[in-house]
Amino acid sequence: MCLAIPGKLLTVDDHVITRVGSVEFGGITRQANLDLVPEAQVGDYVLVHVGFAISRIDEAEALRTLEILREMGELSEVEDGPASP
Amino acid sequence: MKYVSEFRDPILAQALTARIRRAVTRPWTIMEICGGQTHTIVRHGLDELLPRGVELVHGPGCPVCVTATENIDRALAIAARPEVIFTTYGDMLRVPGSSKDLYSVKARGADVRIVYSPADALEMARRNPEKQVVFFGVGFETTAPAHAMTLQLARKSGLKNFSMLVSHVLVPPAIRAILSSPSCRIQGFIAPGHVCAIQGYKEYEDLAREFRVPIVVGGFEPIDLLEAVAMLLEQLEKGSVVCENQYVRSVTRDGNRNAQASVREVFSVAPQVWRGIGMIPGSGLQFREEYKPLDAALRFAVDLTPAPEHPDCISAQIMMGLKKPWDCTAFATRCTPDLPLGAPMVSNEGACAAYYRYKRHTHV
Repeated sequence: MCLAIPGKLLTVDDHVITRVGSVEFGGITRQANLDLVPEAQVGDYVLVHVGFAISRIDEAEALRTLEILREMGELSEVEDGPASP
Repeated sequence: MKYVSEFRDPILAQALTARIRRAVTRPWTIMEICGGQTHTIVRHGLDELLPRGVELVHGPGCPVCVTATENIDRALAIAARPEVIFTTYGDMLRVPGSSKDLYSVKARGADVRIVYSPADALEMARRNPEKQVVFFGVGFETTAPAHAMTLQLARKSGLKNFSMLVSHVLVPPAIRAILSSPSCRIQGFIAPGHVCAIQGYKEYEDLAREFRVPIVVGGFEPIDLLEAVAMLLEQLEKGSVVCENQYVRSVTRDGNRNAQASVREVFSVAPQVWRGIGMIPGSGLQFREEYKPLDAALRFAVDLTPAPEHPDCISAQIMMGLKKPWDCTAFATRCTPDLPLGAPMVSNEGACAAYYRYKRHTHV
């Protein structure tokens, strides 16, 4: 139920009472309500849950996490030697 | 898919399991709260990558599983009314009430429809002015803002034929209940990332301090969960008891303040009955006075005679982290996803359903 899917914000449409946008999830595009993420702009990735974007994904943080994990992996290979086949 | 495939990288998973193996010197028991995380762990076999003695137990974080039988019975009675179009999330249709489920009510002619979003139910009300459209909204803190915003939109638009039956549960009071139980064996928690995307994690910092237990806010992909487990085990090994955030790309300490404001405007905190567990103080949300006209429980009076849970079902002990699904004598025999005795066998996120799908042939 708490499943939230990351998708790319393609368009934004400011209605009178609500802000909606089309969000692409791996080839599928759906409308999502954007009122909870007023900072989200076209091109950003947002987490969408039951039709509502609940968070803008911080690209810099995502890259940093992956970079740290990759460095750590390389470091452990140096420490442990190559993995056995 | 961006932000999905990178976090399923097997090379990173190997590096993280090596980091975990280096950190661990003794047995530890960790609970992930959220059913979505349980599903990822069981589906990808992450628990089997951990050193012997490190046990992941599964918490009560499946809202479908913990929705009180009385609420399911109320939903069934409202759905059966001829003037009602009854809408809800797909997971809810097979949840057993006292004697039947929404599928069987639908089979007898009730207009029960699955929707992806509460906003779709609101749209249905606009298009069907001659019918009463009821949305059954269950969920944790992640989902409550979508329900609150839909109710705000319904109120603004003055629609008279839309109402919502709600069953909301809140995570921190449940962690408090688990930690306060004399039989608690949990030494660290993975906090639910999407709940924290809404609420932030200050409440979890308080829990870590008060109960002297480490907590790591975790994401939902395999790499997220392995990293969260590594962070927890490193804390446990050095005796640290703080709340850390692994899911930094989506969660901030303060959470989503717009979402919190929406929920606060529509709902207030109230005691809540959790199916299989019982009443937990301050663990639910009820309609505020000005939104009560949109409360389906008040709009439709129904007679309820709740029946006790099936005597074979041990879901309460599973959700409190005391037992595993295969400790249940009914698991995968008398209780299956097609014919569930208890709610954790219904939802994809229920621990029993996840074990049935991915592990029923692996445990002898």
